[in-house]
Amino acid sequence: MNWIDTIIQGILLGGLYALFAAGLALVFGIMRLVNLAHGDLIVLAAFLILLLVSALGLNPFIATAAALPVMFVLGWAMQFLVLNRTLGNDILPPLLVTFGLSVVIQNGLLEGFSADSRRISAGALETASLQIGPISIGTMPLLTFLSAVGVIVALNLIFYRTSLGRAFRATSDDSATAGLMGIRAERIFATATGLAMMVVTIAALYLGTRANFDPTMGPARLIYAFEAVIIGGLGSFWGTLAGGIIIGVAQTVGATINPEWQILAGHIAFLLVLLVRPRGLFPRAVD
Amino acid sequence: MSDHISSSSWTVSTRTRGSAFSMLAILALVALAFTAPLFVSRSVVQDLFFILTMLVLAQCWNLLAGYAGLVSVGQQAFVGFGAYAMFAGVSLLGMDPMAAILLGGLAALALSVPTAFFVFRLQGAYFAIGTWVIAEIVRLSLAQWKALGGGTGTSLPSGATRDMIGVRLVADLLGVRGPQATDIVCYWLALLLAVVTIGSIYKLLRSKQGLGLAAVRDNREAARSVGVDPTWTKSFVYLVAALATGLAGALIYVQKARISPDAAFSVPDWTAYVIFIVVIGGIGTIEGPIIGVIVFYILQNLLADYGSWYLLILGLIGILVMLFAPRGLWGLFTDRTGIQLFPVRRILAGQPKPKDIRGSD
Repeated sequence: MNWIDTIIQGILLGGLYALFAAGLALVFGIMRLVNLAHGDLIVLAAFLILLLVSALGLNPFIATAAALPVMFVLGWAMQFLVLNRTLGNDILPPLLVTFGLSVVIQNGLLEGFSADSRRISAGALETASLQIGPISIGTMPLLTFLSAVGVIVALNLIFYRTSLGRAFRATSDDSATAGLMGIRAERIFATATGLAMMVVTIAALYLGTRANFDPTMGPARLIYAFEAVIIGGLGSFWGTLAGGIIIGVAQTVGATINPEWQILAGHIAFLLVLLVRPRGLFPRAVD
Repeated sequence: MSDHISSSSWTVSTRTRGSAFSMLAILALVALAFTAPLFVSRSVVQDLFFILTMLVLAQCWNLLAGYAGLVSVGQQAFVGFGAYAMFAGVSLLGMDPMAAILLGGLAALALSVPTAFFVFRLQGAYFAIGTWVIAEIVRLSLAQWKALGGGTGTSLPSGATRDMIGVRLVADLLGVRGPQATDIVCYWLALLLAVVTIGSIYKLLRSKQGLGLAAVRDNREAARSVGVDPTWTKSFVYLVAALATGLAGALIYVQKARISPDAAFSVPDWTAYVIFIVVIGGIGTIEGPIIGVIVFYILQNLLADYGSWYLLILGLIGILVMLFAPRGLWGLFTDRTGIQLFPVRRILAGQPKPKDIRGSD
């Protein structure tokens, strides 16, 4: 039963990684932009939620709901004012500007909140669990996983069932022609990044309640998110969930063998997938 | 210096009016730098050592990103691996540190072969994060190496650097104490590494391979259609950069004499600083990283007391330069003056036109 337990924990952890990855996949899918500050933005959102919880005494879920529009506006402005200037055929400007943003956010948080580890308290939910036969499943990990599924369903609905999604897809395919139809690419990109920041906020809630976090842990979250996206295959939201689960299971299995191997096992699983299926498990986009 | 197209009097040259003069000035500067330990204090020698090693790392990153279009965020893999191989050579095999530095460079070169195999499957931005993943894997793996201190790290055996080849000779000749002589020897090695690195990059860029590299960067398909093999050229550049980065990493840790996985594979120290040096100075030029490292050193001294504000400000400057002056400080300078210290642009020159265009820019 121990192994089944380990694998279930891994799958649930994969939900968290899929939440990290979904925002990255959304932005990349629409504008071919890889935001190297993605992990630091997750940590920034976690500090925002923490601030709302501790300053206003809000329940973490309500604080997250309050943080969602703030992060949307932040993402919209970041894309509209800064990142849109970097888009083009040259890959250097977006990479270097987002790398700069990553360093700026990380050190800004260090100045503002110090290097101490923090945690968002979710009260009794933290220790609650469901007993299914001999296996006990934590309520928070389960909620994380269900949120990931919910976010992916919602993103797919937005992409394939709404006019906004049609504009996303049209801009992604051919922004010049989309422009002729009255779609303003720079606003579509800003909306997409705003949406990605809302996903980031949801990810931040579970990052902050699941374990301690500090300003320097953003880059590692970016790497997990990136691995999940690549394993899943570019352009598929469900693929990122599969990718997240593979990383999550590899990490929990690795940690069971030797606690020091947890992170390493996830990275090695990624390399193995890259070796066997260079374009990921469910590739859709050709890039 | 110049490729003769045929036996006619037409030549293609990269020489400009000022380039011979700038070569002389650079030679004089190198000679001055070589004699610096004779008349400056130990702390200045240490600062110069730091500047030169950062310059080597910056030139290597610039070669990758600025010329080969390979934006790596994982060069700390080679700094750390070179440093760890050097430590293994000295602590476990009893090698002389000087020989162990070479071992460090070769180890980084050896690591770059499997690394290239994986990361070259990824394009553009994904290449960047792929290199970062590899660096993390190498860091986590070396943290398991208990003989070299595992996750907490270790120090070089006491006396190892004092017995390094040449240290006693320098101590006797200059009349200085052991640790200071070690610093001076490390400084000369850093100077040698910087000169060889810059010289090799300059030679590469003026060669046929360098022209191919620029062609691949500017238009991959067009370059392929005229017979330039982009994969081979990029792989070659990646391996060479790994070798020089590994040598620099090993040299830095001979001088530091203490290593830990977190420090040797630090993203801020070996990648963020390096990227900002190149971006601020001017990406895609040899002069850029030289200007960048000087600006970086000045900023670091001005802001030394402000902790994380320093990186924050450096990050902001990097973003602003990338957005508004993407060719960096050197780009701004050369746009206004037309001066190039290391000209690589090919200029057609010769007869039969009466007007000699060799001297024009």
